[in-house]
Amino acid sequence: MAFFMDPDILLGDKLMEVFYMFMGFMSVYAGVRNLRDKSNPSRWGTFVFWTLLGVVLAFGRWIPAMIDGVLIVVMVLPAIFRRVAKGSSAEPGEAEVEANFRRIGSKVFVPALAIGVFAIAGALIPSVGALAGCCIGVFVSALILWALNHANRPMVFLDDSERLLSAMGPLSMLPMLLASLGAIFDAAGVGDVIAGIVGGIIPQGNLTVGIIVFALGMMLFTMIMGNAFAAITVMTVGIGAPFVLSQGANPAVVGILALTCGYCGTLLTPMAANFNIVPVAMLEMKDRMGVIKNQVLPALVMIVVQIVYMLVAC
Amino acid sequence: MEYLVLLGIAVVIVGFALRLDAILIVFLAAVVTALLGDLGIDGFLTTLGESFVSNRSVTLFIIILLVTGTLERNGLKQAAAELIGRAKGATPGIIIALYGVMRLVFAAFNVSFGGVAGFVRPIIMPMAVGAIEAAGHKPDEDYVEQLKGMASGMENVAWFFGQVLFVGTSGAILVKTTLAPLGYDVDLLQLALIEIPVALIAVGVTAAYYIVKDNGLRRRYYGDSPAAAASVAVAKEGE
Repeated sequence: MAFFMDPDILLGDKLMEVFYMFMGFMSVYAGVRNLRDKSNPSRWGTFVFWTLLGVVLAFGRWIPAMIDGVLIVVMVLPAIFRRVAKGSSAEPGEAEVEANFRRIGSKVFVPALAIGVFAIAGALIPSVGALAGCCIGVFVSALILWALNHANRPMVFLDDSERLLSAMGPLSMLPMLLASLGAIFDAAGVGDVIAGIVGGIIPQGNLTVGIIVFALGMMLFTMIMGNAFAAITVMTVGIGAPFVLSQGANPAVVGILALTCGYCGTLLTPMAANFNIVPVAMLEMKDRMGVIKNQVLPALVMIVVQIVYMLVAC
Repeated sequence: MEYLVLLGIAVVIVGFALRLDAILIVFLAAVVTALLGDLGIDGFLTTLGESFVSNRSVTLFIIILLVTGTLERNGLKQAAAELIGRAKGATPGIIIALYGVMRLVFAAFNVSFGGVAGFVRPIIMPMAVGAIEAAGHKPDEDYVEQLKGMASGMENVAWFFGQVLFVGTSGAILVKTTLAPLGYDVDLLQLALIEIPVALIAVGVTAAYYIVKDNGLRRRYYGDSPAAAASVAVAKEGE
């Protein structure tokens, strides 16, 4: 309670703790629902995963860090052993969706866009911040949906979100775990070691070379790994920080453009199967590389554009 | 032997390249790095717990899911289909380009219509093939194959570069949380603003490329000039 009363803590941060508790509740709900779902092939594993995630999300701030760590390890185990699954859940029927659309029509865009609008509004109010703004937007969006259609009761929202959360599964936690991996890299001094090695190859003090190596490295590593999120964790610690940021480059420009340089790699690699190979099957194409071939030119143009952008802005 | 600490990075790169389970790779890399980096079991658990809790913003997508499914239930996809369906008489290339623009605008608000499975296959491709027929031609198999590739490419480009414009997107939050332990504090709104020109150029270049490519393909398969196709479409419209 002391945390919420402390006048030195920003309103947005206090709000976020409340929203984290809500997210924790959503996650625990997914865990309990799957436990009771007889059609789920891995009820206990699924329950452990979502419930522990919910506990850390909701109360992590007040649990000693080491206990949090233990909870996360236990949470990850069923995911590693592939014991997190989804059961049966009621997808909206075509007739229901069609009837809703006839009644609501394009007004459904209002609640859809509300989240983004509130995220921007929150970002513009320093004491609130983008994250809390976004969460407020979610609840405003839900209220508008209820106003448009009174059949949208709290349980409908909760069950619909559980269906999507269970369908996304433990892989949805990958960015989260990668962020933690980045912190462990940092604590173990990985960045310093790489800086020592690469320093012998790249001339230190040459920002232009650093930017080009970082941007192309992000693209190539993403092509090899098939995942820009994984690449940016490794590359920012290894190349970005010692060779670009330490020389006074703008961290916001370099940081976010590195991610989209990675996306250029995503456009070029069959390793990113979800984006480049699965559509080939879904659209019944003959050429396995048919999607990638159409993305080569945009990807190459964008990597050049972004390198130039970084060089100009830094 | 300080280089040993790099083994964790090798685990990530090799693991992803070999398509092993992603969660397993990241977990393994974290354990290996912590032990070789002398953090010990205690240090590993404490760093993991601390960073997980301070990075909870990366899980913002969970609260957004609260409305995502219910928006679908209330006809979001149908409304989007109606919106793009207004592009009557357009060539296949222009339909795909317009889809890219629409996808970009909505991606900036984190709104998605179902990707290739949920939108390109059931809505965009029938529109594109319908446009070939409306111009009085029989859809050629190889030409339609190219259109499928372009429609998927447009989907990917517009989604990748559009979602970074959303202030609460996981990519930007990951960048922020990766930079924080290195001592750099960046602002989410600022990250989104930086990406605006990149997103506009990405979708603009891709859309223009596909329109030009489609015009060339139609000339090759049907001897069409773009003007002729448009006038046929307009004539059809008038009937």
